[in-house]
Amino acid sequence: MTRVHDMGGRFGDGPVHPEPDDAPVFAEDWHARALAVTLAAGSLGQWNIDVSRHARERLSPKDYSRFSYYEKWISALADLLVETGVLTDADLRGETSGDQHPLASRALKAEAVAKVLASGGPADRPSNVPVKFKPGQEVVTARQVANRLVDGGHTRLPMYAAGAKGRILMVHGTHVLPDSSAHKLGEAPEPLYAVAFPASELWATPEHPRDEVVLDLWQSYLEPL
Amino acid sequence: MPHDDHDHPHALLPPEPALRVKALETILIRKGLIDPAALDEIIDTYQNKIGPQNGARVVSKAWSDPDFKAALLQDATSVVADLGYFGRQGEHMVVVENTPEQHNMVVCTLCSCYPWPLLGIPPGWYKSDAYRARAVREPRKVLAEFGVTLPETSSVRVWDSTAEVRYLVLPMRPVGSDGLTEDELAALVTRDSMIGTGLPKVPS
Repeated sequence: MTRVHDMGGRFGDGPVHPEPDDAPVFAEDWHARALAVTLAAGSLGQWNIDVSRHARERLSPKDYSRFSYYEKWISALADLLVETGVLTDADLRGETSGDQHPLASRALKAEAVAKVLASGGPADRPSNVPVKFKPGQEVVTARQVANRLVDGGHTRLPMYAAGAKGRILMVHGTHVLPDSSAHKLGEAPEPLYAVAFPASELWATPEHPRDEVVLDLWQSYLEPL
Repeated sequence: MPHDDHDHPHALLPPEPALRVKALETILIRKGLIDPAALDEIIDTYQNKIGPQNGARVVSKAWSDPDFKAALLQDATSVVADLGYFGRQGEHMVVVENTPEQHNMVVCTLCSCYPWPLLGIPPGWYKSDAYRARAVREPRKVLAEFGVTLPETSSVRVWDSTAEVRYLVLPMRPVGSDGLTEDELAALVTRDSMIGTGLPKVPS
């Protein structure tokens, strides 16, 4: 079982509302601030992308559903700042002074922004885990979607693709395993594949017999068929 | 361990979202943990410097130069990096080509993964529950909401971005675009055509 964020295939969300190409990048000023504050706080180096993704997923289902996109970001960021000890509950209540924080020397400076955004954070790493599958090979995903290291932990196999048969389309090399990295248990890199599933394998009433869904899945999510 | 207590610290901040952001920003600035000038720089980058014009340049070049296109489909990360497009949320790029037999469309059902260096910040609909929930199960109905109808002879391949690999769709070059320059071609490439929910403009 996973969490509220895992909504692929769900019914009941209504139509998609396209936006014109020239719609503003940020619909509200505070959306831009939420994005910038989140990226800048990430530069303090207290978490990685998997930890921050998991922080959003751990919002309670009630909050996750009622919050807009950037409300999820800013709320998860507040939670993460307290969990990692960067801020305290009292700080969030506005009860503490503005004394310089021990991590202040790490604060992202304006002149470093371009370089930090341009370098990104590649997720490929050397790994000792041998590559088990090759393109064209048939595989099946785990029947129970779950983080095998931490109960209720972060994982990237969506429920809709549980126990599904597919075939290896691409080998992406060896990448950091989010199931481990999100819990600061190490990067545990292993082979990552693009796996193609016929729509008929995933849905009771597929739209077209030849349609497919492709997911990027780690080797430990897969078994040979 | 996941923290599943329901006294999430965020509840200590003001509930109204704009005030919530402002409150957290103010606390972090007072403690020296974020620099307001850095925030302005980040916003300026994504509002004005990085956006779908980058992806459009890649697509128009692929339409114009067969060798570039072959290299792009083979190893997009290094090819687009050579054009200066690399960075956060675009560290591992794959470009997938639309053909008369196969249409490609990109989603992130679990969050909002999107190729930032080539397309910028994702539009609201891409991050919406409706798109995340439905794109994988009924892509053709979703395409219809964008005004796109595919022939029955075309299959749809939906890419669910579940890892750090980011996908860009290479749309088919529109009929009637022979002889156009790369810049003229780039003007035909829409953001949605590179996500796979739209088609390029047809030259008038």
